[in-house]
Amino acid sequence: MANTKKYWQSIDHLEGDSNFLKKAEKEFAEPIPVEQFLGNEKLDTSSTSRRDFLKFMGFSVAAATLAACETPVIKSIPYVVKPEEITPGVANYYASTYADGMDYCSILVKTREGRPILIEGNKLSPVTKGAVNARVNSSVLSLYDSKRLKAPKVGGSNVSWDAADKEVTSKLEAIKSKGGKVLLVSNSIISPSTKLAISQFGESLTSAETGSSFQHVTYDAVSYSGLIQSNEISYGKKVVSSYSFDKAKVIVSVGADFLSTWLSPVEFSTQYGVNRNPSNAWMSQHFQFEANMSLSGSNADVRGAVKASEYPAVVAEIYNQLAKGTDFPAVKSSGISSDDNGVAEKIAAAVKALKANKGEGLVVSSSNNPFVQVLVNNINAMLENTGKTVNVDKGSFIRQGIDSDFKAAVAEMKSGKISAVLIYGCDPVYSSSSFAEALTKVGFKVSFDLTDTPTALACDVVCPDNHYLESWNDANPKVGEYSLGQPTISKLFDTRQAQESLLKWAGSASDYYTLIKENWKNSIFTAQTAEANFDIFWNKAVHDGVVSIASVSSEISFNNGMETVSGNYPNETAGGIELVLYMKTSMGEGNQANNPWLQELPDPITKVVWDNYITMNPSEMGSTYNAKTAQESPADMATVSVNGFSITLPVVASPGQKAGTIGIALGYGKAMVGETLVGQNAYGFSTTDKSGNISYSVSGVTVESANQKYAIASTQTHHTMMGRKIVNEISMSEFKSQPREVWNPIMTLADAYGNEKKVSELDLWDAHPIEKGHRWGMSIDLNSCIGCGSCVTACHAENNVPVVGKDEVRRTRTMSWMRIDRYYSSDADPKGHGHGVEKHYSEMEVPSAYPQVVYQPVMCQHCNHAPCETVCPVAATTHSNEGLNQMTYNRCIGTRYCANNCPYKVRRFNWFNYIGNDMFADFNPSQDDLGRMVLNPDVVVRSRGVMEKCTLCVQRIQAGKLEAKKMGRPVQDGEISTACSASCPTHAIKFGDINDKNTLVSKETNDARAYNLLEDVGVKPNIWYQTKVRNVEEHTA
Amino acid sequence: MHKESALRDPLIVGVKSYHQITEDVCRPVEGKANKYWYAVFTLASIIAVWGLGCILYTIGTGIGTWGLNTTVDWAWDITNFVWWVGIGHAGTLISAVLLLFRQKWRMAINRSAEAMTIFAVMMAALFPGIHMGRIWMAYWVLPLPNQFGSLWVNFNSPLLWDVFAISTYFSVSLVFWYIGLIPDFATIRDRATNPLTKRIYEVLAFGWTGNAMAWVRFEEVSLVLAGLATPLVFSVHSIVSMDFATSVIPGWHTTIFPPYFVAGAIFSGFAMVQTLLLITRKVLNLEAYIHEYHVELMNIVIVITGSMVGVAYLSELFISWYSGVEYEGYAFLNRATGPYWWAYWSMMTCNVITPQLFWIRKVRRSLLVSFILSIFVNIGMWFERFVIIVTSLHRDYVPSSWSMFHPTFVDVGIFIGTIGIFFVFFLLFSRFFPVLALNELKTILKSSGDYFKNQSHNDHH
Repeated sequence: MANTKKYWQSIDHLEGDSNFLKKAEKEFAEPIPVEQFLGNEKLDTSSTSRRDFLKFMGFSVAAATLAACETPVIKSIPYVVKPEEITPGVANYYASTYADGMDYCSILVKTREGRPILIEGNKLSPVTKGAVNARVNSSVLSLYDSKRLKAPKVGGSNVSWDAADKEVTSKLEAIKSKGGKVLLVSNSIISPSTKLAISQFGESLTSAETGSSFQHVTYDAVSYSGLIQSNEISYGKKVVSSYSFDKAKVIVSVGADFLSTWLSPVEFSTQYGVNRNPSNAWMSQHFQFEANMSLSGSNADVRGAVKASEYPAVVAEIYNQLAKGTDFPAVKSSGISSDDNGVAEKIAAAVKALKANKGEGLVVSSSNNPFVQVLVNNINAMLENTGKTVNVDKGSFIRQGIDSDFKAAVAEMKSGKISAVLIYGCDPVYSSSSFAEALTKVGFKVSFDLTDTPTALACDVVCPDNHYLESWNDANPKVGEYSLGQPTISKLFDTRQAQESLLKWAGSASDYYTLIKENWKNSIFTAQTAEANFDIFWNKAVHDGVVSIASVSSEISFNNGMETVSGNYPNETAGGIELVLYMKTSMGEGNQANNPWLQELPDPITKVVWDNYITMNPSEMGSTYNAKTAQESPADMATVSVNGFSITLPVVASPGQKAGTIGIALGYGKAMVGETLVGQNAYGFSTTDKSGNISYSVSGVTVESANQKYAIASTQTHHTMMGRKIVNEISMSEFKSQPREVWNPIMTLADAYGNEKKVSELDLWDAHPIEKGHRWGMSIDLNSCIGCGSCVTACHAENNVPVVGKDEVRRTRTMSWMRIDRYYSSDADPKGHGHGVEKHYSEMEVPSAYPQVVYQPVMCQHCNHAPCETVCPVAATTHSNEGLNQMTYNRCIGTRYCANNCPYKVRRFNWFNYIGNDMFADFNPSQDDLGRMVLNPDVVVRSRGVMEKCTLCVQRIQAGKLEAKKMGRPVQDGEISTACSASCPTHAIKFGDINDKNTLVSKETNDARAYNLLEDVGVKPNIWYQTKVRNVEEHTA
Repeated sequence: MHKESALRDPLIVGVKSYHQITEDVCRPVEGKANKYWYAVFTLASIIAVWGLGCILYTIGTGIGTWGLNTTVDWAWDITNFVWWVGIGHAGTLISAVLLLFRQKWRMAINRSAEAMTIFAVMMAALFPGIHMGRIWMAYWVLPLPNQFGSLWVNFNSPLLWDVFAISTYFSVSLVFWYIGLIPDFATIRDRATNPLTKRIYEVLAFGWTGNAMAWVRFEEVSLVLAGLATPLVFSVHSIVSMDFATSVIPGWHTTIFPPYFVAGAIFSGFAMVQTLLLITRKVLNLEAYIHEYHVELMNIVIVITGSMVGVAYLSELFISWYSGVEYEGYAFLNRATGPYWWAYWSMMTCNVITPQLFWIRKVRRSLLVSFILSIFVNIGMWFERFVIIVTSLHRDYVPSSWSMFHPTFVDVGIFIGTIGIFFVFFLLFSRFFPVLALNELKTILKSSGDYFKNQSHNDHH
C-alpha cells in the first residue's frame, strides 16, 4: 500500500501557494547579493556597494585569520576503563626494592597516572629505615633511558622474542646434547626466587647422560671476597657480617667509605646519622684512616691520611696495641713509614677511645685481603663488639662474589671448556679485562643487559631485562630480612624479565610472579608466625614491601685465626707513587653510567661533574698541574701507567689526598655523550694481591704529564670559608664547657644611638606578618649532614630541574635548586696576624694539605626580608603569608636583579631553552617524550628566560594542607616533607612549621646550636643551621 | 648688547659674518658628503649590523649566549647601559645647566652634545630591554592597566625607577633638542632649492616664521625646558646608581653612589662630547666655532668631575676599611688586588690619574692631547661600571659561589654594535641636521666674535 501521507510546514505549503514555493527553493529568506558581487558582471554595473565590499573583505580577512590559528594539539588518551586505584592528579605510592648488586634499598615509588616519577625510602624497612641515596633515587630516570634496548637482539639486529628464544634454546639444546658446560655470571643475587629460577634453569641443562653441566658464578664488579673469606676463617661462616653503626660510640674505619660506597651505604649512613647529635647523651666519635679523601673521611672527627699500602699496617697497629696483655698474639707489621700528619697519635687516640667503649665500638676496613679482615674481626672480638655492633649470625648477602671462583670460571672459559655463557646483572666485559679476553673463546654468549653495555655488545644474543620498576622481584639482604619488588608501570619496551627468560628456557610452565609467590608461600610464610593466612600475608608483604622474620641466633664459634694470618699478613712496604681506585658517590660501580642526574651530581669532595680524574694533593701538584681549575684555567692531563695499563686523565686537586698517592674513580668510561666517552675506565688498574683477591690499590705507578689541557666542570671553584661565619664549627669540648654566647653568639649591631641590638631588632622595613598561621621553615643540622647529595638528586626529580651538561656547569650555570657547599679548612690564621691584609686573604684561599671538611646544604633561605622581592620590577617574586618566598614564573621577565641581590646566590636563571635547544640534545632527558615521562606533573617546567629557585616544595606543602583539611584537623608535624628532607638518609634536613611551638623545627630554631646563615645581612631567613660540633677535644681548624 | 671683557677668549674666531655662520653650518647639509664620511658611515653600518645580528641571536637563543652565570647575572649588559646613560648626561647638562648659568660657550657645542645625548640614551635604553630573559614581556615594566588580575608593577624596585627616570629624561631631552632645532631647520628650509628637501625641512621646522613673537616664545620655552631638564640631569644617574646602592651586595650597597655617579656621568659625557667634537670640527670645517677655548673649558669640567670621582673612589676604599664590615672590606680589597685588579687599575689610571694632566694649561689647550685623554676617560668610565658590577658580584658573601665572568663574542658584538649604531645615527645627524645652533650663535657673534670684539676693544682706545 502506497503511503499517501504528506507533511507540510505551513498552510501556504499545504495549499501550494506559488509565492511560498518560490521562496522555499531559496536557502535564505532575504536575497543576498553574493551572486551579483561574485558574478561576472562588470564592476560598474554591479550593485555591490562599497560598504558591502568592506563587509565581505572584513569577513574574509577575519575568517582567513581564524582559520590560520591552530589550536595546539595535546595528545592525551583518557582511560577507557578507569583503573580503580588511579585518580588523575593524585599520586600512588608502591613499596618496592632496589638492588643492583651494589646498593640494596627498600623504597617507595611515587607514581602519577601510572608513571613512576620519584623514589623515596620505605620507612617500614628495618634495614634501610626509610633512607635512600642519590644512586637509588636517581634510578627512576634510568627507567626512561632512551638508550635502553627496545627488543631482543640476535647478532646485533633486533628480532622477535620467538626468534630469540628459538636461537637460545636450540643452541642450549645442542650444548646439552654434546655434554657442554653452561656458565651463568651474575652480580650478587639477593633474590631467593631468582636463585630458584636459576637453579631450575641449571637443572634443565644438567644431564647425567651427556655429562652437560651448569655453573652459576657470582661476580661483583668491586670485590668484597676478603670479608667473606675472613668470616669463614673467624666464624666458619661464608658470609659478610652485618654492621650496626648506630650502636657504635667509636667508629674506626680503615679505608672503608661506608657512608658512600662501601658494602651497604644506604643502611650505614642512616645508622651513622642517628648518633651525630651532640645534644644527645652521647655522640659517636669517628676515626678514619685513608688515602683518598672520601665522603666518610671528610665527615670523620679525626682523619689520618695514610697510603693504601699501609692500611694493613694501620689495622695491625690497632690490633697490636689492643692485643697487649691478651692472649691474642701480636702480628708483624711494616709500620707506617710516611707519617706526615700525626697518624701515630691519631691511631693511639682511636685505640684509647675504643678501649674506653668496649662493646660499643666498631672497626671496619675496606681491605679485600682476608687476613687483614681476620685481624679486624679479632680487633672487634677483643673489644667485645662482636655480636653487638658486628653480627655475623645476622649476616648480609649483599656481596657474595669470591674472586677465586670467578677466576677459575674465567680460566675455564679461556681453555674452551665453557660452551655457553649467560651474563646477568653485571658488566664484566667492562670491569674485567681477563673476562673480556676469555669471553671470545666461548661459542655462545647471552646477555640480559638493559642497554648496549660493553658486555651486551660482546654477546651473540641480548635478551633485554625489564627495568626493576617494571618487574616483580624479591630480596633477602640479610638473614631474616625480606623485601618485595613490584612493577609500578607496565613494560615500556619489548623487553622480558631475565628470570622469565630463564624459566622459559628451562621449560617451566610457571611465570616468575607465580614462582615468587610459591616460593614465599613455601619458605617465608612458613617461617613467620604473625599471619596465618597466606593471602593476607602476601598482600601485607606487597603493601609494606618488607617482611622480617625473627631469626634464631645461633652460637657462633670464634677462632682468632692467627696461625693462618701470621705468615700471610701483608707487610711489604710499597715504593713509588700509589694509585688508589675508589668509587664516587654518584657513579658507584658504574651501573647507572647513562643516568644524567648522577653524572651531573657534583662529587661531594671535588664538586666535579661529568668526569673522572686523577685526584692529587695540591701540595704535590707543583707547577706541572693546575691546582686551581676553573672555567678559565683548565686542568692539566697526566698519563698514569702501571703493569702495562695506562690511561690519560685530567689532574684535579684534592686536599687531604695522602702525599705520594693518587686516586681515580671507577665506573667511568662507559657512558657516551654524543660521540664522547664520559671519563675513562679505570678497572684495568686493579691487581691481584698475595691472597689471590683483587686489590684496588697499586704501587709503583708512573704519573707523567701529558702536556694537554682538559676543561673540567666543577660546581665550586673556591674552597675555603675565608674566615667568615658560613659554617659555624666548634669542638665537642667547647660545646660542652662553654656557653653558647662564646661559640654561637647572637649577632648584634649598634643602632644610631650606639646601643647594641640584636640584628633581628634592627629593621628599616615593616616585617611581613609572620605570627599567624603557618610559617614554613627548615632546620639543617650541619653535624649530621654527610654531604652525600641524596637531597640534590631528589630535588631534581621532584622539581623537574633540568640537566644542563658539563659545559654549562663549567660556566657556573648549574640549575640545581639546592647545592651542598664543601669547605676545606685553611692553615691561615683567620685573624691574619703578622702580615699584609692582602697576602692574608690570598693565604686563606689555600686549603691545608690535610684539611678538615665541612658540608653545608644551601637552598633558597626564604628570607622574611627577602632582598630579591624588593628589586623585582614586576613583582614576580613575592612573599607568601606562610613565610615562603614565592617565584611566579609566568610573571618573570628575566631581569636577573633578584639573583644579583641574593646574598646566598641560590637563584637559577633559565639561560637557554633546555628542553628544546639542540645544544642539550645529547644529555638532557627532557628533550624526548620518553625522558619527559619522569617529570613531576605538579611542578611546571620553566621556560627560557625566567628565574627559578627552591620553593620549599610548595606543591607538597599544598598537598599536605589539603590532606589535613579533608581530615578536618591541623597539619601535623612531620606530615609534610620536602623532597630534600624526605631523602636525607641522616635526617639532617628537617622541615616544618616554625610558628607551631611543638614542631621539631621550631624547637630546633631555639636550640643553642641554631644560627642563620649571614645573619648580619639582616634578611631574616626561615632556614636555620645547626652548628657543627666535631667530636674532638681540641679544635684545630 | 651684552658686552664681554676683552680679556676673555673670543668664542668665534676669525672674521665671520651672520651669513658666513649660516653658510658654514649649512654646508654639510646642502653639499655632498666627502668620501671620509662615506667610509666611516660604511664601517659604522657594518658594525651596527653585526651588533643587531648579535642582539637577534640573543633574543632567539637566550641570554645564555652571553658570558653571564649564576653568580654574575649582570656584566657587560648593565655596564654598557650605565656607560651610555652616563655619556648621555653631557648634552642636557650643557644645554640646560649652562643655559641657566648663561654660559655662552655652550652654543658651539650644545647641538651635537644633545644629539649625542639622544643617541646615547637610545643605546642605553636598548640594554635593559635586551638583557631581559623574556624581552617580549618587556611592557610589563610599565604600569599599564591590564586584565591579568590585580597585577601591578613593583614600585619598590629601582629597576622600575629606572624605567621612569630614563623615559622622562629621554623625552625631555628630545623635546629640548627639537625645540632648539626649529629655527635652524627653518633656515635650511628657506635656503633649500630642491623641492623635496624644502618640503621635508618645512615639516621639520613646524612653520617657524622667525618673527619677534616666535623668538620670545622660543626663549621662554627654552628656559622652561632648561628648568625642567636640570633636575633630570641629576636625578637620572642618581636613580641609575640606586640599582646598586639599594642592594645588599658589598660594593654596591653604598650611600655615596648618587653624587658619585652624577659626577662620573658628567665626566664621561664631557669626554665623549670632546671626542666627537674634536672630530666633527675637523671634518665639517667648524674650527672657527669650536676651538681651544671651548676645549679648555670642557677640559676644566673634566678635570673637576674627574677629581670628584677620584675622591669618591678613595672615600669608598676608606669607608670599606673604616666600617669594619668584613664583606665590604674584602670587596674593595678584592677589586684592587683580586682577579680583576687590571680592570680596577685601568679605571684608576684612566679616570683619576690621566685627567690630572689637565691642570696644565698647555695640555688642556692641546687638541691632540685632549682627544687622546678623552678616549682614556671613555675607557676608564666603562671600566668603572665593569668594576662596580662584576667585581662586586663575582665574590660576594658565600665563597662557594664565587666565580669569574668571561665575555663571549656576543657580549663584545653587542657592545661594539651599539657604538656602531650610535655612530650611524651621529653621522646621519651630521649630514642632515645643523650641527651648530646657528641662529643662537649669531646672537653672540657681535659680543664674543673675535673680529667684532677686537673692533670694539679698539674703539675704546
